[in-house]
Amino acid sequence: MIRERYLNLLIGALLLIVPLVALQLDEPFIITLATKAAILALAGVGLNLALGQGGLVSFGHAAYFGIGGYAMGILASHAQDYAPLMEAPFLIEGTNLMPVIWLVAIVASALAALLIGALSLRTSGVYFIMVTLAFGQMFYYFTVSWPAYGGEDGLSIYVRNQFPGVNTLDPIQFFGICFVVLMAVLFLVNRLNKSPFGLALNGAHQNEERALTVGINVYRLRLVAFVISGAITGLAGALFADLNRFVSPTMFSWHTSGEIMVFIILGGVARLFGPVAGAAVYILLEHMLGGISEYWQIYLGLILLFVVLFAKGGIVGGLARREVRHDG
Amino acid sequence: MTDSILRVDNICKSFGALKASDSITLDLKPGEIHALIGPNGAGKSTLIKQIAGGLKPDSGKVFFDGRDVSQHSTARRARAGLGRTFQISALAMDFTVLENVVLGAVGQSGSWFRFFRDAMKDTRLLERAYKALDRVELRDLAHVRTSELSHGRRRQLEVAVALTLSPKAFLMDEPMAGMGAEGSQALTGFLEALKTEAPILLVEHDMDAVFALADRISVLVYGKIIATGSVDEIRTNPEVKLAYLGEEDAA
Repeated sequence: MIRERYLNLLIGALLLIVPLVALQLDEPFIITLATKAAILALAGVGLNLALGQGGLVSFGHAAYFGIGGYAMGILASHAQDYAPLMEAPFLIEGTNLMPVIWLVAIVASALAALLIGALSLRTSGVYFIMVTLAFGQMFYYFTVSWPAYGGEDGLSIYVRNQFPGVNTLDPIQFFGICFVVLMAVLFLVNRLNKSPFGLALNGAHQNEERALTVGINVYRLRLVAFVISGAITGLAGALFADLNRFVSPTMFSWHTSGEIMVFIILGGVARLFGPVAGAAVYILLEHMLGGISEYWQIYLGLILLFVVLFAKGGIVGGLARREVRHDG
Repeated sequence: MTDSILRVDNICKSFGALKASDSITLDLKPGEIHALIGPNGAGKSTLIKQIAGGLKPDSGKVFFDGRDVSQHSTARRARAGLGRTFQISALAMDFTVLENVVLGAVGQSGSWFRFFRDAMKDTRLLERAYKALDRVELRDLAHVRTSELSHGRRRQLEVAVALTLSPKAFLMDEPMAGMGAEGSQALTGFLEALKTEAPILLVEHDMDAVFALADRISVLVYGKIIATGSVDEIRTNPEVKLAYLGEEDAA
């Protein structure tokens, strides 16, 4: 057993070192894999806030991932076609600037989470899972049947979007962007978890009655957490679309929601670096086992079963004891 | 009746044909312990829930601190100063003892919309939390995980969490339940001192404790209050004897 904070450092360092070594060995594909892991980890960090800290088992986080993806797709496609998004009453043009795309992705997915959360948080337990799933599926079928942006075929962006001062087409530089974003979000989420807000969210998860009887408006508390959670996953969606230079309704599918959940369970529910470890191992398994068999997810299933039955805290929980926080 | 801190006015609540609360009226005055007793299924828990806010009465009103709080949520009533402890400890079991009381302080201060300050380093929250822990003598166990506490200690912690709210009244649902004779006695002494700070509406099965502690007792049977009065009045009330204490006396 090692302290969680050292384990977190180790996980973060590994995620950084692998692509740097790959760069030396001239293996750009490995860099792309690491980038994918970082982005999916970010999506998991978002869900982990709702699911791990808040106990809100959202089975529809693909909605925010997809909205982030389409925010990128729509803005970038207009930019590459030189066709404004709208001209009246005021002109809105597309953009290929990542920071702008990220902002739009965050705001759009936060708004969607506000709407979906406001409705679904009135339910709990299995109903909550089903309602969030239903909303996710609505977005899926909407994009499938919406011809303006490719419908079922999705939308290709020919050139990766730009970030001032960085050559985003260079795999290692794009990885750098994703890694920095992931670490920045992890830093903020860590602060959030320790804040009065995080304490209240976690307390309400453990015992809702207790939170209510000390005067906390649990519904509002959870709604705010849900919105932040959705916004983070939305940001990940925008990065994911940029990685692939392609968006399609698949981003909205319930498989995506399930995958994001798998990262968390695999890595450690409510553990800060759980989704990072989970996503990295997932990508590793996909790469290694996927080469052996098309049906590699059978093995993933077995591993998940093992984790759920024998290592409840996932990878992080299995390796590190939870730290008891002290004051001062 | 303006001097009562908490007043339940003609509350009715039915579940189908069952009248769980049948025109209940009772009040809690400053400085007193008002005990609510009654046989199992008399509707004590239903009444407590309606006072605390988890359950809406079909008719009737709840007044707290001079205001009609009938339409207010549980959280709002808590913020107004209604401190509650539960029959089955309602605590965040994975939290440390200290985190549980800090949670209370967070609720009290309304600071749960702070996102970046470390709650466990916030001196104001900690001060309030430690003060509450000192009151129930749990400071030494501040960093113990709550799930590792004994049953009696959890009850003490429950009271400490309620104390962080600086309540104007306490609502205590069987605080003695499952405590040994010694713990029960210690808690009796503690509640005796506590009532001068804020009055206590006490639901309790332990008759010795009730008769030792209560200034007034109300007896609830089948959703109706059949008597309210001092310990002696209740002891000698024939109706109460028949409905509630009778079984014990006959034995």
